[in-house]
Amino acid sequence: MKTYLAFLLGLPLLTSACSHETKSAPTLKPTAFGAAIVESSGGKQFAQTGSLLPQPVVVQVNDDQGNAVTGALVEFAAPAGVTFDPAAALTDSSGQVTTSVSLGGMAGRYQITASTPGKSNKRLELKLEELALGYQQTLGLRLNEQYCDRCHNPESTVERVSNYDNLEVKPHPFTEGDTLNKMSDADLLAIITNGGPAQQKSALMPAWGNTLSKSDIQALISYIRAASDPPSRNAGPMYSRN
Amino acid sequence: MKETLTSLWQKLFGDSVRAFGVVSVIFLVSIAIAPAKNFFSEWRHYQQGYLRMIRNRSDANTLQRHFQGGIQQVWLPDLGVVDRCTSCHVGLKEASLTDVATQPYRKHPVIPHNLDQFACTICHRGQGAATTVAEAHNSTLAWEQPILPAKYMESSCGQCHRGQLAGTPVLNQGRALLTRYGCVHCHTIKTSDGSVMKPTDDPPSLEHIADKTSREWIYAWLKDPQAYAASATMPNFKLSDDDARDISAFLIANSTPIAGDNAGVSAKPSSDPAAGTSLYGESFCASCHAVQNAAGNIVGGDVGPELTRIGSKVKPEWLHAWLRNPRVYDPGTGMPHYRFNDGQVATLSGFLLGKADSDLLANVHLDTATPEQIGHGKRLVSDYGCASCHEIAGIKKPENFAPELSRIGSKPITQLIFLPGMRHALPDYIAGKIKNPRTFAPGLKMPQYAFTPAQIDSLTTALLSLNERSFGLPSSLMVPGRAETDYQPAAKAGKLMTDLACFSCHRINGHGSDMAPDLSWEGSSVQREWLVQFFKNPGTLRPALIRRMPRFNLTDSEISELTDYIMTAYQNPAVDRDSMPLSGYSQGEVELGKQLFYGKYSCQGCHIVDTKTDKGYIGPTLTHVGSRLTAAWIYQWMKNPQSLRPGTIEPNRAMSDEDASALTAFLMSQKGGEKSTRVAQAAKPAGRASEVAKR
Repeated sequence: MKTYLAFLLGLPLLTSACSHETKSAPTLKPTAFGAAIVESSGGKQFAQTGSLLPQPVVVQVNDDQGNAVTGALVEFAAPAGVTFDPAAALTDSSGQVTTSVSLGGMAGRYQITASTPGKSNKRLELKLEELALGYQQTLGLRLNEQYCDRCHNPESTVERVSNYDNLEVKPHPFTEGDTLNKMSDADLLAIITNGGPAQQKSALMPAWGNTLSKSDIQALISYIRAASDPPSRNAGPMYSRN
Repeated sequence: MKETLTSLWQKLFGDSVRAFGVVSVIFLVSIAIAPAKNFFSEWRHYQQGYLRMIRNRSDANTLQRHFQGGIQQVWLPDLGVVDRCTSCHVGLKEASLTDVATQPYRKHPVIPHNLDQFACTICHRGQGAATTVAEAHNSTLAWEQPILPAKYMESSCGQCHRGQLAGTPVLNQGRALLTRYGCVHCHTIKTSDGSVMKPTDDPPSLEHIADKTSREWIYAWLKDPQAYAASATMPNFKLSDDDARDISAFLIANSTPIAGDNAGVSAKPSSDPAAGTSLYGESFCASCHAVQNAAGNIVGGDVGPELTRIGSKVKPEWLHAWLRNPRVYDPGTGMPHYRFNDGQVATLSGFLLGKADSDLLANVHLDTATPEQIGHGKRLVSDYGCASCHEIAGIKKPENFAPELSRIGSKPITQLIFLPGMRHALPDYIAGKIKNPRTFAPGLKMPQYAFTPAQIDSLTTALLSLNERSFGLPSSLMVPGRAETDYQPAAKAGKLMTDLACFSCHRINGHGSDMAPDLSWEGSSVQREWLVQFFKNPGTLRPALIRRMPRFNLTDSEISELTDYIMTAYQNPAVDRDSMPLSGYSQGEVELGKQLFYGKYSCQGCHIVDTKTDKGYIGPTLTHVGSRLTAAWIYQWMKNPQSLRPGTIEPNRAMSDEDASALTAFLMSQKGGEKSTRVAQAAKPAGRASEVAKR
């Protein structure tokens, strides 16, 4: 009986946990109101499940002229498991709010919402998407950095100079969802394992089947699916607040 | 009151028939409690929810067929595991349920292990035998192992895997921090394979500190190490002004001068910033040392100390002596003994002394130390365990200065003191302790580190992997890490290699660092004449690399000593360098190799042979490869590169013998300057390389 009662009592608790709302600190009183809320940086990042995103999320509140608004209240909300530090703040002198975000414990895409009260009592919302990587995708990300990124990523960093521009036939960046989403997992597996020519593609893509194990290649594919923009069907579930 | 009770009694048990009826009802209700409890159990609720969910799916029939009702259990006697988690987590093994966002129905993400082999609690912790969410996930009834939060998940991999895994970056980083930031100087950490974690930092000896720096600098450093160098690994001991004054007094008073160090050095640093910058760059100081730039970014390696404010720290005479030969001051230093001439020493020291920060010591005014202060400083040095990391004359390295952490990941919660507001769980305690050690009680000695939140998470992950279970698991499950040997090269060449600190960058026979290529088989790989030239003037092999081999200004006899030793001692048993000729390949074979190079294998994607057409930037430039590598090495490399360098990113192409021979012939024909058509182009890749280095 006790269990039953506990269960009855537990149900509302469970449901409330699912529709977890991030409460704003009651002391924050906006001194100004904006007309638009825009992303400054920090969307579309990867982190391992439950971990901090490598870069903070920065959003900006603008007025109807597109100028930054100082002192507007910005509140962040997300599905259960996602935490913000801070969850609500007033915009600084450049109209921005910076928050560090820690993702939930399940692999998948997380939709986070930044909102600010507008002038006519209308809430302005900005939706961002972040990706929590499971074990397989984390492994894929590492393998990508080691084996693929130098050619497939056109961007150079201080530590890694991109080889993309040096290639006669350009490889597909892994964010190129329009192309990659049309290819099945089996196609990707075949190209990575047997090289470009096996699929009537360029020989500049070597065969990796003797270097990487099948599970390594599958991990790479799961990462490619995760990195894809627009998102791939196989990118895993999307967590949003409703 | 009494009347009401009496009338109630009369109503219920007034006559025997009534009494019998009432008792029967009570009896029936009480025997119904057990089945009702079962019927309304949590797991049954979740199983019903699962059946409702799969009903609307296209693969409902398959899922329905796989479904087994009732309490499910995985029992693994060898591992001491009884897990009933699958009673509620019904779809863990259903491949089609990856898109399900509601728990507990989602398929388990792909991991390298079979769920039936390891079950759940080995990785997730929690109480496996429980059948309610509260008891399984949280620590009720004094259960010590609540569910592990996702961010620390990799700690569970570390219970068996002692080495680095590609899929566990957080655990790898945490373990590296434990050794790099000197945690293991004070805390003993024994792992389940019986080994003891060794520190990888190299805190300097303080026995001759007065030769090197001033008391004022020591004072400022003790007060806030990160104010001097943002990347300093020395933690902040939160010393009072008086304590810092007394410790600096003791260290200076306790220091002994070193013979032949500063003595007789005419310290005349030259002030030629351009020449200094250029020598600093040519000597690749930045491969090991970092400097904070105007934007606040720390640029450069982390092998040696940061040099942003070095001019405010060291005495000019000491710097001269150090640059001339660092081994006089510190025989065990990882800094190579560059054979700089006096002019170079003056240029470089002038350049480094210019990296000063006048604010650093502006407010430090110390009066002459009294004997009491020095005595007090000595006591403080003992109290704070300074000698756990640093060598200090007259102070013995304390044994077990701080609690052993070998099993910290299973520390009972009852033995922990939590801060107010802190969740009562071990990971929170460990993370809190690393973040703010002194807040847990007055008088604690653990210093304050400047870790980022991500670093704290990874350290916590590494510490949680050190638990009872890792000691209790069957030894067959243990995966050892890479063993570090104590290999030392022999003879004169060995002394020379220690002097040049080769092992600070290179790994040989299981000893040394991973920054530069492993040299264990260098003797099979390269041609002697090339090696001689390389020592004289190390060129760039990989255009995209930033960290490079410096020039040590070696004499001809030193070079020949080193070269002879490398060519003899570092040979791969599978590659006989004399088995294939270095030249004389037929034109037909060379031509076939060329076709394979540009066609079938498209090597130009990563390598450059013809600087006019090829642009590949990833692998080494091959314009001179025929005078650099041996043919036997190239052939074996074509057949199986990973057999020569495990982990190299050159793909194994499973080449036939014929293809490998032809490519070897083609590559051996690439002898750089020998062909007149290539002379003009030879300068080109070098020019581009320097561009890259600047980027």
